[in-house]
Amino acid sequence: MNALALPSPWQAISGVLRRDLRMALRRKSEWLGAVFFFVLVAALFPLAIGPEPDTLRLIGPGVLWVAALLASMLSLGRLFEADHQDGSLEQLALSAAPLSWSISAKLLAHWLISGLPLVLLSPLLGLQFGLAPEALGMLALTLLIGTPVLSLLGAIGAALTLGVRGGGVLQSLLLLPLYVPVLVFGTGAVDAQMRGLGGQAHVSVLLALLLATAALSPWACAAAVRLALE
Amino acid sequence: MKLFHYAAPQHFYPLAGRLWPALAVLATALALAGLWVGFMVAPSDAQQGQAYRIIYIHVPVSWLAMIIYLAMAFWSVLGLVFNTRLSGLMTRALAPTGALLAFLSLWTGALWGKPMWGTYWVWDARLTSMLILLFLYLGYIALTSAIEDPRRSDRAGALVAVVGAVNVPIIYFSVQWWNTLHQGASVSFTQSPRMASVMLTGMLLMSLAVWLYAAAIALWRVRSLILVRESHALWVQLLPEVQAHRTLRGAT
Repeated sequence: MNALALPSPWQAISGVLRRDLRMALRRKSEWLGAVFFFVLVAALFPLAIGPEPDTLRLIGPGVLWVAALLASMLSLGRLFEADHQDGSLEQLALSAAPLSWSISAKLLAHWLISGLPLVLLSPLLGLQFGLAPEALGMLALTLLIGTPVLSLLGAIGAALTLGVRGGGVLQSLLLLPLYVPVLVFGTGAVDAQMRGLGGQAHVSVLLALLLATAALSPWACAAAVRLALE
Repeated sequence: MKLFHYAAPQHFYPLAGRLWPALAVLATALALAGLWVGFMVAPSDAQQGQAYRIIYIHVPVSWLAMIIYLAMAFWSVLGLVFNTRLSGLMTRALAPTGALLAFLSLWTGALWGKPMWGTYWVWDARLTSMLILLFLYLGYIALTSAIEDPRRSDRAGALVAVVGAVNVPIIYFSVQWWNTLHQGASVSFTQSPRMASVMLTGMLLMSLAVWLYAAAIALWRVRSLILVRESHALWVQLLPEVQAHRTLRGAT
């Protein structure tokens, strides 16, 4: 057995991470689609509500947060689906490295590709809504902490609905209630910052949510993926 | 092991069959007593007039809607830990009742809100978290009915129920904070005047009745689920009711 030189868990993680990133960079349309969705949804709101600067400044953080939430959910579909179809998910489950570690690597890759662009774009879109500089900074910060939580929670839903008919709609029904706290504290921080109250308390709660989901979600995902592979 | 004797569907089926009619009769009796106390004996409220009488339905139903989700999480943990087949069935049997009670809670709350607050709906912390609870129930039902393989369906449902139960307190507190940040709680259930003991009696009777109703209907539903799930098993084929059904169908 030892002669085979099994890879260490860290090697497995970096391998999965590099593979997923390379695959995503080769299929640009998939992750660019979610980014354009984010931009488009943010552009639709001023068209629907009207160009009043005061109104836009008021709704801006909420609109951008909801748009980011929907874009992040849109991109969850391909998190496990392609790997499930071509059998590489089974190989991951059979490998010597713990499945929860490989899934953590997949989640990190997924967030780098579909979550980080939203964070980087958000100050630009916030300018369109006339947000003040400190609100823009807070918006980007809360999205930086909040989008990984969305990915971590969303992965549970994606793994549970793997290979199920009508998985997309089902996934949103499962996940939207779970996204409520992230949305509340994310927009709450920006709102508090705009009112001059400071958003530190909200940011701390968001960080707590990130730590809790980062600790627990990979195990739930691994259990759900094993169920789907049975 | 004696503890797990009734974890086998074969042994639980007759037990549930004996229990549910008794619970249903008791629930009906208590509901009649509670309604009589609530609508005939209890006086009208000094501030809210007759409209307050919705609490005899609304409070028990909201209470049970929350308790049933906890019960589902309890059965799910049992199922995930001990791998018992009955746990998944119990969770599944409880879910429709929980969803129905959450819906009734929102509906009766809206009917009460119109005369009291002048509106059917406000984004109050309690209302919002009950709405989210209803979505959690619907998500559970949608997921378990979409997965065809019974084992995967049970275990996936159990995972969702546990994740949801962990999230329910977080959702509740986040929504409460969200509301207090945006607007002061202008109307709230917690400010209700101290309740006369006769009103409390009516409410407790009704709560007990709804509690027993939920248990009875869940046991009744779990019997049907057991029959469907175990229809291939010999003990199901030998059941008198299944045999009677078969001869009936054979005759026509």
